[in-house]
Amino acid sequence: MNRQLAGWIIALIVLVAVPFVHRDPYHLHIMVLILIWSFAYTSWSIMGRFGLVSLGHGGFMGIGAYVTALLWNHLGITPWIGIPLSMVTAGVLALIVAYPCFRFRITGHYFVLVTLALSGIVLQVITATRDYTGGSLGYTPQRAPSGKGLLALQFDDKATWYLIALAVWVVGLVVWRAIDRSMIRHAMEAISEDEDAAAAAGVNVTAEKLKITLISALMTALAGALYCQYQMFISPDTVSGIAVSLQMVFAAIVGGVYVALGPTVGAVITILLAEVLRISFGTKAVGWDNLVYGVLLVLFIIFLPKGILGSVIDLVKSPRKPPRGHEQQTVPVARR
Amino acid sequence: MLELKSIDAGYGSFQALFDVSLDVKAGEAVGVIGPNGAGKTTLMRLISGLIRPLKGRIAMEGTDVGATPPHRIVSLGIAHVPENRRLFPRLTVSDNLKMGAYMQGARAKYAERLEFVFDLFPRMKERRNQMAGTMSGGEQQMCAIGRALMSNPKLLLLDEPSAGLAPVVVQQVFELVKRIRASGLTVLIVEQNVQQVLRVVDRAYLLEAGSIRAAGTAAELAASDTIKQAYLGV
Repeated sequence: MNRQLAGWIIALIVLVAVPFVHRDPYHLHIMVLILIWSFAYTSWSIMGRFGLVSLGHGGFMGIGAYVTALLWNHLGITPWIGIPLSMVTAGVLALIVAYPCFRFRITGHYFVLVTLALSGIVLQVITATRDYTGGSLGYTPQRAPSGKGLLALQFDDKATWYLIALAVWVVGLVVWRAIDRSMIRHAMEAISEDEDAAAAAGVNVTAEKLKITLISALMTALAGALYCQYQMFISPDTVSGIAVSLQMVFAAIVGGVYVALGPTVGAVITILLAEVLRISFGTKAVGWDNLVYGVLLVLFIIFLPKGILGSVIDLVKSPRKPPRGHEQQTVPVARR
Repeated sequence: MLELKSIDAGYGSFQALFDVSLDVKAGEAVGVIGPNGAGKTTLMRLISGLIRPLKGRIAMEGTDVGATPPHRIVSLGIAHVPENRRLFPRLTVSDNLKMGAYMQGARAKYAERLEFVFDLFPRMKERRNQMAGTMSGGEQQMCAIGRALMSNPKLLLLDEPSAGLAPVVVQQVFELVKRIRASGLTVLIVEQNVQQVLRVVDRAYLLEAGSIRAAGTAAELAASDTIKQAYLGV
């Protein structure tokens, strides 16, 4: 246990030291993107790991980005206040959509469809109110006058952004760990197996599901707001809508939704894949990454349902345990 | 302890129970017997709050169960062992038991309850790290009963504990029910296996097509002609 903690601390020190040693802006840019998206994917997995598959998270991310930017541009509200407000907006929307779903037992595919509609609606609203949001052409937060960068949460320095993104990413992992060690995890695992039996054991099914959905939505909105502040340009396609929702599901599944660092591994793979395709094929390969994602997603769901990191951890762990005969043979049967 | 007064209940437009009244006194073991589709499981689901009565009142020690959400009913001291066990198959036996002690009050006594359950079912102690879904039917039934006992209930609801089990295992399960009773719990048990259940309970009700058709002590019912012919096959 202590060794594990030491490992985390060393890894963290190394990660914090990176921008002071290596100042290549392109590499830092990729790492910032990876950290922000890792945080978004982690946020999705916080509920996704319990079988609450949401395709509405693109909507939450879009709300985080657009509400923050709109408040800044139109009302001059600093993102320091705008970001919490955008998170609250996403949280309220999450509760409005999720409460009836959970109360009336809309689960499985039906839940996925409801959340899919949520993504679609947010996307439509952004596109339709183009006088304010710029519609499908995208939107840019106004540049702060020089010297007011901190107030506007706008930094030209990539190293600063790297450290901010790193801090938020760590917070995401801490939240994951806190949930992993709490009774919420037990309750949610029980709910995902059998809602009636969980209720009969004393779990307030609706409340537990709402809690986890709320946490997940708040975090996702924060990811959207950060992305907006970092890129200084948002468009419905890059932070909102169904494509973003699907991207989250894909990356989380590839990395592994059941382990804390799984979504991060997913972000590293998907972003590097997109970059490699972009650099090696340029404009000839526009959209290829989606094709590759699609094929990989099918392969992963069939052959590696626990994702890359989940499967690697299983591989590393299993030989250490001495085979216990009967138990070892029976376990895989239930995983089908 | 538990009292049901002229209950009507159903699903949508389908009514499953008609004017059902029954009571269970503290320390008793009471059986509800009847054929498939008589409404036995509906009765259990009503008592643990998974469905609501259309009419009538359910009271547990004076508290109106019909107005209490299911997760609170557990803290009234009612534990439900659902039909077909409804374990969390991909959780380990110990995690299943842990879920039984989910309520605040029960969490404090977790270690004590666990010892009690392991004492009652030594097999569960051997299997505690195994996934619940990989055990045999009888073991799963023990695990389900153990999970219910973890909440430190006063009243244990058993829904068809013999379903899908081999005759030898059925006997073992009923032996366990006797021992659970001896430990001071009140038991309400719903069963199709009339012969077995009448050996374990003090009193029983006969439920047919949603209505109570007969009631009495176990001995009276076992001696009654209707039950002999229809359920005991003698």
